[in-house]
Amino acid sequence: MDDRTGLPGMIGRTARHLVPPDAKWWYVFGSATLCAFMIQVISGIALAFVYIPSAGEAYSTLHFISEEAPFGHFLRGLHYYGASAMVLMVGLHMAQVFLAGSYKFPRELNWATGVLLLAFTLAMGFTGQLLRGDQNAVWTVVVAAEQAGRTPFIGQWLAHFILGGDTVGGATFTRFFAIHVFIMPGFIFAFVGLHLWLVLRHGISEPPKPGKLVDPKTYRQEYKELLEKEGKPFWPDSAWRDVVFCVAMIVVIAALALVSGAPQLGKPPDPSITTASPRPDWYFMWYFAVLALLPHGTEQYFLVFGPLIVGIILIALPFVFNRGERSPWRRPWAIAIVLMTVVMIATLWIAGAKSPWSPNFNAQPLPASVVGATNGPVFLGAQLFHDKGCLNCHLIAGNGGRRGPDLTAVADRLSSNQMILKIANGAVNMPAYAANLTPAQMDALVAFLQTRRIQRQ
Amino acid sequence: MNQPNTEPSSSCCQASPAELSRRKFLARVSIAAGGIGALIVALPVAGFILAPLFKRTQEVWRSVGKVEAFKVGETTAVQYEDASPLPWAGVTAHSAAWLRRVNADTFIAFSINCTHLGCPVRWLAEANLFMCPCHGGVYYEDGTVAAGPPPVPLRRYPVRVKNGDVEIQTAPIPIIKK
Repeated sequence: MDDRTGLPGMIGRTARHLVPPDAKWWYVFGSATLCAFMIQVISGIALAFVYIPSAGEAYSTLHFISEEAPFGHFLRGLHYYGASAMVLMVGLHMAQVFLAGSYKFPRELNWATGVLLLAFTLAMGFTGQLLRGDQNAVWTVVVAAEQAGRTPFIGQWLAHFILGGDTVGGATFTRFFAIHVFIMPGFIFAFVGLHLWLVLRHGISEPPKPGKLVDPKTYRQEYKELLEKEGKPFWPDSAWRDVVFCVAMIVVIAALALVSGAPQLGKPPDPSITTASPRPDWYFMWYFAVLALLPHGTEQYFLVFGPLIVGIILIALPFVFNRGERSPWRRPWAIAIVLMTVVMIATLWIAGAKSPWSPNFNAQPLPASVVGATNGPVFLGAQLFHDKGCLNCHLIAGNGGRRGPDLTAVADRLSSNQMILKIANGAVNMPAYAANLTPAQMDALVAFLQTRRIQRQ
Repeated sequence: MNQPNTEPSSSCCQASPAELSRRKFLARVSIAAGGIGALIVALPVAGFILAPLFKRTQEVWRSVGKVEAFKVGETTAVQYEDASPLPWAGVTAHSAAWLRRVNADTFIAFSINCTHLGCPVRWLAEANLFMCPCHGGVYYEDGTVAAGPPPVPLRRYPVRVKNGDVEIQTAPIPIIKK
């Protein structure tokens, strides 16, 4: 075999290539990402045995997979949590490589191909969410098209390309199917190959030591000497950790798939159902919050240039800083950047999950115990507070929405006249009600709000 | 397709000038032929994939109900079919608009798409407001922005009364540039 194919020898030599001795558990995230990708390929191919990528059928095949097909519920869960794991592991791998300064000479292209793989992974997450083919998918496409539409000059074209026409319809889903199942996986396979080739070519970076600087003139020689002196074969001395971590990850993914299952399907993909609350999957929840919290009027710049600038910075990083200190303890800004990114994404993620800026469409009329009156202007005012949509955005004793200030104790802060001014004129995030309320209604509303005190009189 | 030979023969370094120019020629022919082959495949593929960009949809008028079905001063959701849905579009071929009867013979058809990022706005009849479920956009009954991030008023679709029917002209989802 070896003589005719040359493969066993080549595979053996590759598997046993020397790696630095201290490459321990910190080094498992890259292989874990690949492992998650393999889960995606296998579970994705299985799902494709049933899935029909048509706007009219996708939703019902998803129902069939979730509810009737043997192991279908589990496979969907596997594909969903596999995707989640892949996004998570890409993030951890990137943070680890950044903190350890492993992107520096001679591994600049390892990093750059990794950044592209991150982009492909996110594109897979996005298109995958659409293939569920439910109501959420429809509005996710529309939101994506509107964002693309903000691009200067070619915005309209991009938006039409995403929709596959003028509106969401038969052409929309098949395009995303082709992208999700053929184009993006093709890119991922190619770039994973390139990424791994670069890893073999330049070797796994040795753990950084404070004070040991990367000098492009001497680095290769030093690395070679390190391997000759202390190097261990990758298989099995180092690879066993990758295997153990990968298997542990598969166990967790399978357990989640069994216990929690994939996200519930939403309503049918009918764009004429106006009762919808579109939300992205968790890995884009933080960006959903960004879109809500941007200062008004800035989004046409941010939507396009924000992601572009982040991409350029990430790609340029190793070419600008390709030498010098690698240890995170001597690069405190590296630790700060990672911490700030994590805190920022976590904060935005929590904000996105709560989305206090969205009106609460389920706000029920305030109970009598909260209103404190069953007739008269206070009672009428409380009714108006619900009917006129105030309760959709304001809290009263824990009832209502969270868009505007909590008005549970508003009378402690504002006089009647101040209230009338606010209600009549509105604000940036509040409608003006001057034309929407009769004087009698305004009086009743204010009478009700004047009873909102911590210390009831 | 033959690629230019990348493994020089042992005699490469003593190659005669004639042999070298022959090699150069063969390399160029191979690259050119490969390019032509690639173009023959790539051009129709690009055209096929980009076709929706150049498709002109013939917009049509769709009846959404009798005039009497709509009360003056009220805003209701109306559903209709897209202009030319693909046979397999299923329910995705549906479109909706918020139809407001301003007076006896004036109707306004608002796009349901929020001008911020396109989410479907809901009409709250008693509050006289459209509210968006995504990022908190609010509009007045005439579609002007009341609150939140939307940059421009709700877009309107052409609407007419014909033979006692209210008709809305199909239209693309408004892609807001601002």
